[in-house]
Amino acid sequence: MIRASLLIAAKDVRQRIRDRSAIMLGLVAPLGLAFIFSLIIPDFGGGDFVVRVAVVDEDGGLVSQAFTDQVLGPFADEGLLEISDAGSRDETLGLVADGGLDATYVIPAGFSSDVLAGLPAEIRVTGNVDAQIATEVAAAIAAEFTGTLTGAQLAAQASGADVGLLALQAAQAARPVVLSEAEAASKVLDATTFFSAGMAIFFLFFTVQFGVASLLEERIEGTMPRLLAAPIPPISIVGGKAIASLAVGVIAMAVLTVASAVFIGADWGHPIGVAVLIAASVLAALGIMAVIATLAKTPEQSSNWQTIVAVVLGMLGGTFFPVSQGPEALADISLLTPHAWFMRGLGELHAGGGPTSVAVPVAAILAFAAVTVGIAGLRVNRMVRL
Amino acid sequence: MSRSVLECEGLVRAFGDLVAVDDVGFTIAEGETYGLLGPNGAGKTTTISMIAGILEPDAGSVRVDGEAVTTTTTGAKAGIGYVPQDLAIYPDLTAAENLRFFGKLHGLRGSGLDERVGRVLDVIGLVDRAGDRAETYSGGMKRRLNIGIGLLHEPRLLILDEPTVGVDPQSRNAILESVESLSGEGLAVLYTTHYMEEAERLCDRVGIIDAGRIQAEGARRQLVGLVGERDRVRLGITGRAEHAAAAAASLSAVVEASAGDGCIELIVNDARSALPGIFEAVGSVDAGINGVEITEPNLEAVFLHLTGKALRDE
Repeated sequence: MIRASLLIAAKDVRQRIRDRSAIMLGLVAPLGLAFIFSLIIPDFGGGDFVVRVAVVDEDGGLVSQAFTDQVLGPFADEGLLEISDAGSRDETLGLVADGGLDATYVIPAGFSSDVLAGLPAEIRVTGNVDAQIATEVAAAIAAEFTGTLTGAQLAAQASGADVGLLALQAAQAARPVVLSEAEAASKVLDATTFFSAGMAIFFLFFTVQFGVASLLEERIEGTMPRLLAAPIPPISIVGGKAIASLAVGVIAMAVLTVASAVFIGADWGHPIGVAVLIAASVLAALGIMAVIATLAKTPEQSSNWQTIVAVVLGMLGGTFFPVSQGPEALADISLLTPHAWFMRGLGELHAGGGPTSVAVPVAAILAFAAVTVGIAGLRVNRMVRL
Repeated sequence: MSRSVLECEGLVRAFGDLVAVDDVGFTIAEGETYGLLGPNGAGKTTTISMIAGILEPDAGSVRVDGEAVTTTTTGAKAGIGYVPQDLAIYPDLTAAENLRFFGKLHGLRGSGLDERVGRVLDVIGLVDRAGDRAETYSGGMKRRLNIGIGLLHEPRLLILDEPTVGVDPQSRNAILESVESLSGEGLAVLYTTHYMEEAERLCDRVGIIDAGRIQAEGARRQLVGLVGERDRVRLGITGRAEHAAAAAASLSAVVEASAGDGCIELIVNDARSALPGIFEAVGSVDAGINGVEITEPNLEAVFLHLTGKALRDE
């Protein structure tokens, strides 16, 4: 039986390579898209994402200095901010407009005195139109600082304390808000790795979809009767299809992993952990696609349904954008897809975890595989007939 | 008598309420070509699907060389070469690749496989195109490859399901010649068709199937005799045709005789054996013969007689 399955698998792989569908869907499309996405979309919080800013301090007071030293300084030390020397307001705004800077902080004259007097004050943040995420990061830092100052002003007014003293203490004590999330942030993949992994797992579902679906093709094209008449157990036909899908899926993922690391600098993490994640994901993809195929009556119907499922799961699973940055409900729903667990597992490896760090994601992905392969196994016999 | 290669009996298969095959059974000896003749929908393909081990019968049994054939057994299937009605080849593989794949599925290996692939390519006339993808072949070439795959593993029983449907006359003739040759080599052949002339040319015995049942079975001559069909003889006559007809009518082999304009028409039991006597009787009344035309009853007529419909009724 194994020999017959291997013969059928080898024939199927040869056909897929010959019609180039496996190469296009398994390698060219994911690698190409990963490269393009990583070029046009900046990082999500890890890696080499840097916001280039300048501070135009027209105030020069204690509070504005606290903002520069106590708030922006630590971010610069961490590498998130790159603070340039600022010229005049106009020169700096010109640099932002030209893309020489991502954003600039303008602290107007009188800012410190207004804060210390308990009066409204503002820090103006201007960003480059093409650097929206960087601008939002810069604005968020300023908002956090001004929020702290406002809180101190309100507390002083309520308690009758010295507004100036309290605001100054608050300003000097301000801490970067993201420090407490440092561990989580390190699990966020850099853009290149994110899109390499996202596109790999997304297209994996297209790469493996031909397997069980090709049983329908054998029936439509008339070769199924000849296979059934051959002196082999009918189950070996199904086995051959599954082996072909697994082989193409694993090979495509392995080549993608290496190629994305070598050519576009993706950092996948510990190779054994990556290998285990890939193996589990290929099984889950095969199971899900096989279930869809067993529900279809024609190859076209199967292909259409599989495409819809692959796209929906890919989107929900966060292969095009990090769901952790979306609504919390979306992040929860994404865990209903193997894609999300795959990306989560890679995040663990990216943060320096070893193979054991992916135990939970792998177990979740294998659960998808067990359920779907089981269902497909119960239904697939109806496809191995005239 | 040659021993039986195929023995099937009591085959029944229903699809829902439709009984496609109902108590079908026959045997085929080695070197014998058995034709299953019937119109579309008669149950031919369902019958051979059960014989090939593709379809499980609801009742009945199939044995090849004494070994039971089922959808799950593999031993008996190794002795069967199956050529489906529809093309069963991979268009994106070459002829050689198609043959090698199915050869390996049938257990052929190494030099034995190479030798068989080469020989079959030669037999089906595709040696020069062996490396081209099947999708580039003409319809006739694809049909030949379809048959070649069934021959590759040197089966004991070759099942051909309407192999000439949609084939050009030249390829069709080549296919029929191949079947004749294979039968001569001792292969048992089960040949389904709705072309009466193919069955008459190839088959030692014919089973006429309609509505899922074998209506009659035997050699062509037996089937014709079974339904009382007789030969028709038309003789061109110089001289008195009425006298010639009367003389012929006096013979016991002649059932009916009539005179026409310069000819007589006779209905006889067996034209070939009766002709010498007819010639002698016509000569005895000073009539000359300037032409002979014999029309033997064919299977088309037998089928019409048995089923009340023509073979190619859809």
